[in-house]
Amino acid sequence: MREKNKKKDFNISKEHSDYLKSIKRENYFIRITQILVFVFFIAIWEWAARYKHIDVFLTSSPGAIYKLIVRFIEDGSLIKHLSISTMETIAGFFAGTILGLLTAILLWWFRRLARIMDPYIVILNSLPKTALAPIIILWAGMGFSGIVATAASISVIVTTMTLYTGFINVEKDKIVLLKTMGANKFQVLNKVVIPSNIPNILSVIRVNIGLSWIGVIVGEFLVSKAGIGYLILYGSQTFKLDLVMMGVFVLGVVAAIMYFFASWLEKIVIKY
Amino acid sequence: MEYICELKNISKRFHTINHETKAIDNLSMKVKKGEIVSIVGPSGSGKSTVLNLIGKLEKPSEGEVIVNTNSIGFMFQKDQLYEWRNIFKNCLLGLEVKNAVTEENKAKVIDMLKKYELYSFRNHYPSQLSGGMRQRAALVRTLAIEPDLLLLDEPFSALDYQTRLSVGNEVGQILRREKISTVLVTHDIPEAVSISDRVIVFTERPAKIKKEYIIEFKECQDDRTPMNCRNTLEFGEYFRQIWRDLDAGKE
Repeated sequence: MREKNKKKDFNISKEHSDYLKSIKRENYFIRITQILVFVFFIAIWEWAARYKHIDVFLTSSPGAIYKLIVRFIEDGSLIKHLSISTMETIAGFFAGTILGLLTAILLWWFRRLARIMDPYIVILNSLPKTALAPIIILWAGMGFSGIVATAASISVIVTTMTLYTGFINVEKDKIVLLKTMGANKFQVLNKVVIPSNIPNILSVIRVNIGLSWIGVIVGEFLVSKAGIGYLILYGSQTFKLDLVMMGVFVLGVVAAIMYFFASWLEKIVIKY
Repeated sequence: MEYICELKNISKRFHTINHETKAIDNLSMKVKKGEIVSIVGPSGSGKSTVLNLIGKLEKPSEGEVIVNTNSIGFMFQKDQLYEWRNIFKNCLLGLEVKNAVTEENKAKVIDMLKKYELYSFRNHYPSQLSGGMRQRAALVRTLAIEPDLLLLDEPFSALDYQTRLSVGNEVGQILRREKISTVLVTHDIPEAVSISDRVIVFTERPAKIKKEYIIEFKECQDDRTPMNCRNTLEFGEYFRQIWRDLDAGKE
């Protein structure tokens, strides 16, 4: 990337400018097609709904969803539900990620502990964490705290495992170098182990945002009185498919925004 | 005569579940202050182990290692620059570890970067530099802590031949000019002969000292750069003798 920016040559050959143009054209084509796929999908859905090729009772329709979104925005309830779910997700995300990071550091520091705990961590990791949600909610509370705990529980184990693996696989000679300079264990952690794992930590962050949303929706299905998960569950129980579809749509938009934010963060943090 | 380090009757054994390997057998050697000593030997003969023992990265199974300084600089085959730090920050690493990042020391590092033609690259990341520049940066990082003893473990062998000659030439001159006591491990006989005051030839594992050569160049006494040494008749003679020692060891 850096190299490319530096080499701004003004007298480029025709062949090279053609090459650049062809790449641009190809990227353009891909982006246009991506948008068209979405437009076609919506158009066919709406068309099929209007001419009764599909049962609107089961599938809803883009027009109906749109009208519902507008109504929900106008009476302020979309913001209310959305902000509750987003708060829960962010809280669950931070709790899970930070707890996972600290556990990974602890296991790295006490390698013997890591060896002892290994089978238990593996079992916990292979267990579908959503199965624990009812228990966690009973322990942590039937509401915000329980939902946050559920979200955190989904990401914490996999964060621990991913980061611990990254920590112990730091190139050995990089640590030896620091030791020849007389570094203590904390300096090794601080100057090699963590910095060399920044790309790892950032990709964990990206994954954990998605995992936290899963936790929040599951949690809301189980106990909540508000939130996007609550809207979806309520809509399905009362056969209001417009509401269900709206919930899923809003969820998709917000999750995508958060994902792009994480990708952007990755780009600005990793400069080398 | 003052010695910077001294190995007394060192033995070293390595243990794995299935094997016990004797890497060094009753080895004794001394390095004078300001002296540049090279160790050559067959691969796997425990040359690097000797450096690790001097650098206190490992403990000997028997014998005694005496090092008369706390300030040791290490350099490896790979430069081990941290790819997430720019060149300047990489060079400050040793000072950071020793909590000695002062304005004065920073200025010294900047001077060194200028001297070794890296100053204009101080904000670049290692991946943007050539192999030779990276190795020079690694040298600045090592010299920044002002080591009394430098331990070099095949520091040039990852470089291509051309770069290797020129970086070897530069580093050799720096060591001589700054009078830094040095132990250089290498399998490159010409490199050892051109840079050192003394070459120690190791046997096959378990390592013992097979022979020792005091290297003197009468032809280029006044301007003893590694490159000038390579052009003397004496150079060829040293090379042939050491080559014979190593070759004979194979049978």
